[in-house]
Amino acid sequence: MSDVLERPAAAPLDDGQLKVVGTRPVRPDGAEKVTGKAMYGADLALPGQLVGKIKRSPHPHARIVSIDTRRARALPGVKAVVTAADFPDLASEEYEAGESASNLRDLSLNVMARDKALYDGHAVAAVAATSSAIADEALELITVEYEVLPHVTDVEASMASDAPVLHAHLFTQGLAEKPSAPSNIAKRNEIKRGDLEAGFAEADVVVEGRYTTAAVHQGYIEPHACVASFGADGQCQVWSSSQGQFMIRTYCAKILALESSDIRVTPAEIGGGFGGKTTVYLEPVALALSRQCGHPVKMVMTRDEVFRATGPTSGAVVEVKLGAKSDGTLIAADVVLKYQAGAFPGSPVGAGSMTALACYDIPNFSIVGYDVVTNTPKVAAYRAPGAPISAFGVESAVDDMALKLGMDPIALREKNAVRDGVKASYGPTYRNIGYVETLEAIKTHPHYAAPLGPNQGRGVAVGFWFNVGGESTAAVNLNEDGTAVVISGNPDIGGSRASMAMMAAEVLGLPVEKVRPIVADTASIGFSMLTGGSRTTFATGMAVTQAAQKVVEDLKRRAAMLMDVAVDEVEFVNGAAVCRDPAKASLTVAELAAKAAQTGGPIGAQVSLNAQGAGPGFGVHVCDVEVDPETGHVTVLRYTAAQDVGKAIHPSYVEGQVQGGVAQGVGWALNEEYIFDRSGRMENPGFLDYRVPVASDLPMIDAVLVEVANPRHPFGAKGVGEVPIVPPLAAVANAVRGAIGRRLTDLPLSPPKIRAAIDAG
Amino acid sequence: MSKRQHISAVVNGDPVDFLTDPGATLLDALRDDLGLTGSKEGCGSGDCGACSVILDGRLVCSCLVLAVEAEGRRVETIEGMADGSKLHPLQQKFLEHAALQCGFCTPGLLVAAKALLDVNPDPTESEARYWLAGNLCRCTGYDKVIRAVMDAAAELRQVRV
Amino acid sequence: MSHVEFIAPTKPEQAAAALLAGGAHARPLSGGTDLLVQLRSGRLPPGLIVDLKRIPEAIGIRQEGGGFVIGAATPGAALSEHRALGLAWPGVVEAANLIGSTQVQGRASMAGNLCNASPAADSVPALVAARATCVIVGPGGRRTAPVGSIAIGPGRTSLAPGEFVLEIHLPPRPARSGDAYLRLIPRTEMDIAVVGAGVNLTLDGDGVVTEAHVALGAVAPTVLLVADAGAALIGTKADEAALAALDAAARAACNPISDKRGTIEYRTKIAGVLARRAATIAYGRAEKRA
Repeated sequence: MSDVLERPAAAPLDDGQLKVVGTRPVRPDGAEKVTGKAMYGADLALPGQLVGKIKRSPHPHARIVSIDTRRARALPGVKAVVTAADFPDLASEEYEAGESASNLRDLSLNVMARDKALYDGHAVAAVAATSSAIADEALELITVEYEVLPHVTDVEASMASDAPVLHAHLFTQGLAEKPSAPSNIAKRNEIKRGDLEAGFAEADVVVEGRYTTAAVHQGYIEPHACVASFGADGQCQVWSSSQGQFMIRTYCAKILALESSDIRVTPAEIGGGFGGKTTVYLEPVALALSRQCGHPVKMVMTRDEVFRATGPTSGAVVEVKLGAKSDGTLIAADVVLKYQAGAFPGSPVGAGSMTALACYDIPNFSIVGYDVVTNTPKVAAYRAPGAPISAFGVESAVDDMALKLGMDPIALREKNAVRDGVKASYGPTYRNIGYVETLEAIKTHPHYAAPLGPNQGRGVAVGFWFNVGGESTAAVNLNEDGTAVVISGNPDIGGSRASMAMMAAEVLGLPVEKVRPIVADTASIGFSMLTGGSRTTFATGMAVTQAAQKVVEDLKRRAAMLMDVAVDEVEFVNGAAVCRDPAKASLTVAELAAKAAQTGGPIGAQVSLNAQGAGPGFGVHVCDVEVDPETGHVTVLRYTAAQDVGKAIHPSYVEGQVQGGVAQGVGWALNEEYIFDRSGRMENPGFLDYRVPVASDLPMIDAVLVEVANPRHPFGAKGVGEVPIVPPLAAVANAVRGAIGRRLTDLPLSPPKIRAAIDAG
Repeated sequence: MSKRQHISAVVNGDPVDFLTDPGATLLDALRDDLGLTGSKEGCGSGDCGACSVILDGRLVCSCLVLAVEAEGRRVETIEGMADGSKLHPLQQKFLEHAALQCGFCTPGLLVAAKALLDVNPDPTESEARYWLAGNLCRCTGYDKVIRAVMDAAAELRQVRV
Repeated sequence: MSHVEFIAPTKPEQAAAALLAGGAHARPLSGGTDLLVQLRSGRLPPGLIVDLKRIPEAIGIRQEGGGFVIGAATPGAALSEHRALGLAWPGVVEAANLIGSTQVQGRASMAGNLCNASPAADSVPALVAARATCVIVGPGGRRTAPVGSIAIGPGRTSLAPGEFVLEIHLPPRPARSGDAYLRLIPRTEMDIAVVGAGVNLTLDGDGVVTEAHVALGAVAPTVLLVADAGAALIGTKADEAALAALDAAARAACNPISDKRGTIEYRTKIAGVLARRAATIAYGRAEKRA
């Protein structure tokens, strides 16, 4: 990513004057979504469309000896059958298009296995047929001969020297000497500061722990779905539910060796993503099938396929050692992170390392991370990728440190808190961060002082996410009646249409109802990186704001023309061009729009930028639980989450982000996990036994919004979506520790584990 | 292939006829044969509630009902919830409380919430949470959903008075 | 789900004949909340589905001979709406109502729960503790059997080809009787029981237990009726010592497996805990029900 900001960001508007930003209007796409009219990935039906389905490996690790598709092809109603032979054999190449860089060869091999199946559920062939039943039958008629290989699903088992090797070409990167043998450890990374040994030598108190987490899934309720149509002229159309239509275009073009101009991707409404829809699974396959038969092909995953073949995040092992002076000053930290990547390299261990100590100002530390391949589905981004895992370890250890020092857990964090001017553990120097203010918000919250009953415990934990900016395009067009349209290239996953319309309305001085936001296809708006990393309201919002500002400049110019005065005589106030000369009548946006033909034609502006300066976000959570001492069952009684959000554009949707992140984190802490049987197959690929929180599992979640403005955003916004999933794992675990007096270090904290810990005394 | 069967039912007050495979679910028929795509398939096993409809007055997952079972029955879906262009108070409250983010689980939640208020106009928060436990929402953490349901219930009680 | 055939007969004998003719892959459909999931996942091969819901006797709750008759295809939601049933058999109703979500309650039946033959079926321990029986219709006519004799192993029943359960009968209820069912699940709803415990007891005028039945779910291949556990309560007022003996008897009877939902050790401990807690609730209900 280049470090160029095309246009300087405007100074934040004076908060007192905001009329739209900070209010809570009904979202512009709301009525469609409460009446069932909104079109999601599986809702589109094209004339002549076929049903596409995928045949998947039942083995976690197997060489594909042969695939015989002849009987499937001969079945009446079957129109196309594809295997890896129908996709180009790509060279290894790193490419940045999703939430992080991807290797195109790995991406292609994940979409369709070529020589080896690397996890239970790995795609090996696909069919398109005139009905779902015929497609099912065709899958049965495809014969795949496998040579089953030994498999490994556990991260540490996969690191062992005698583990079955997944990729003969994979040699550990980041070692001092290039290794001589292939390994499942794709990469070792390291971040260091100061002198670790000297730091621990100075410490009065040391705590240590080994923490483990299971692989967990994003759990979006909408399964992956798309429709693809390959034209006779080579022009392709794709409709799909994803976090980025441009990402889909790029990956489809690369995987199928097409030009970007050959592919037009229209974003469907997206039924949740949380990072899991930042890559492709179905779209290139649907295009390959459509290319073979000339019909549009629709593909929709089952829930079983979603669990077995799409991105969970890593199961991991986290080792933490902390040293502190007796006054609570943290002086040394040693962190080792081992993250499961799934079938191909690319776990979020890098971000896990960078965020691990990002809330703390510690002079001596070492963070070492390992990216480890396993015979499990390739991990995909999941909300603050990597950060909740390392935070679980660090925040559990900090809690133990507070206990050992006899200090209040917030006071200990406050004493070691990063502040403006402190160099972050991952490199840059913090500016305009609101961490201390967020700690204060929890410390003074009534929840923190509320009494606890028997078998109850209270846990505190903090979390950090960078937030990102990046490339975005937005256009603002004024209609002839003075209303406006805002066009952006980012799928609306949680209310971003509302925030885009609000920011444009604020700048244009229009009521928000007069601004219609749309999310455009890849041929109708310039490039935008995907919706992810908490970037849309920040970066695309910046593009929207600047486009609206350009419209305002144009309106002033046109008003000056109509008033017959110099441009600098005209100001734009509350949706009208006002001349300094009170004798001249002011002109509203509607009046100027009506006269557009006289003043140069249609009024509109488009801005493309690469936004930098996304302010990092900090969250502080406090959680109360009650543990049934006889069953080990945990009830979350109360939850309060404070977060520095910069400026909440639409506070309800910001609160919603916080509440949703907390719920996912609580699920991760208490019940969610991938369970593999001894043959390496997932045992719980459904919502019955992959237990996401249900409504009766949770209390109300109090979201406290702290606003320390980000001066790099026109309204002061910071990303908000990622941070809230970072603290809950440890907040819950720390609360359970408080309730039962014992530290549990292995997630999820299921009732049998808690009862066993209680019994162990 | 099994022979398709002719089914007559009443959907959202209107008589409908369709042909269906005996193995197809009511959700398949609603979405593919009747073009009512507001009911969603999130799991196909009755664990997520996104396909919730009301069948002869009872809340059910339409993915756990065979389409052929609908013969002569009444089905209410999200598409029949608003009164023309006037939103049902639950729909309105979901918008006002920002009780949806991605919106995928929303039709099922609204249908289930309506079924709740039909039998229990004054639910406690806990009753609402347990009633809606079969409707998974991964975006909101349920906070604003529950607030919207409680607020809609209060408004509907006012209307009744 | 291709190659499925469907009929909806209106007479029990028609259903039995169709099931017999349909062979090994023919299935009765009451609520369908297990059947449809199993067909879709491929765990059950497609075949003939015989819908019982158009058979009048298979639907609804009737009071007969001092007890209750519950049609096989009666959904859980109908049980919770039946005031007299809820007063007489609160444990049976709460067990049936714990199955799945509100949506599942709109469909799922106790007979289906019984014949699915899962060791973890929630309504079965409560029915077994209640000494419920069922009326089975088959090609040879009707017969009555104890509820506890239907499941003979996970997914396997004692029903002969063509047979299906038409009704469940709950016996007449003496005064000062109470029942209760508790289960342990990791969440608060929507899970399969890790352990379930049903207790049904009757008191004399002094509050001494004269009859007690304790049944456990998910701790053996089929639901267990634990005679020792019932015996631990008889002649007591469900005091601490009796409850401790009950707890021990329940644990001693367990023969569970370790799987994704729980371990042998955990299931065994929890069986004791839940039996004790359910007995306390049942005792309290019996005291109130003069």
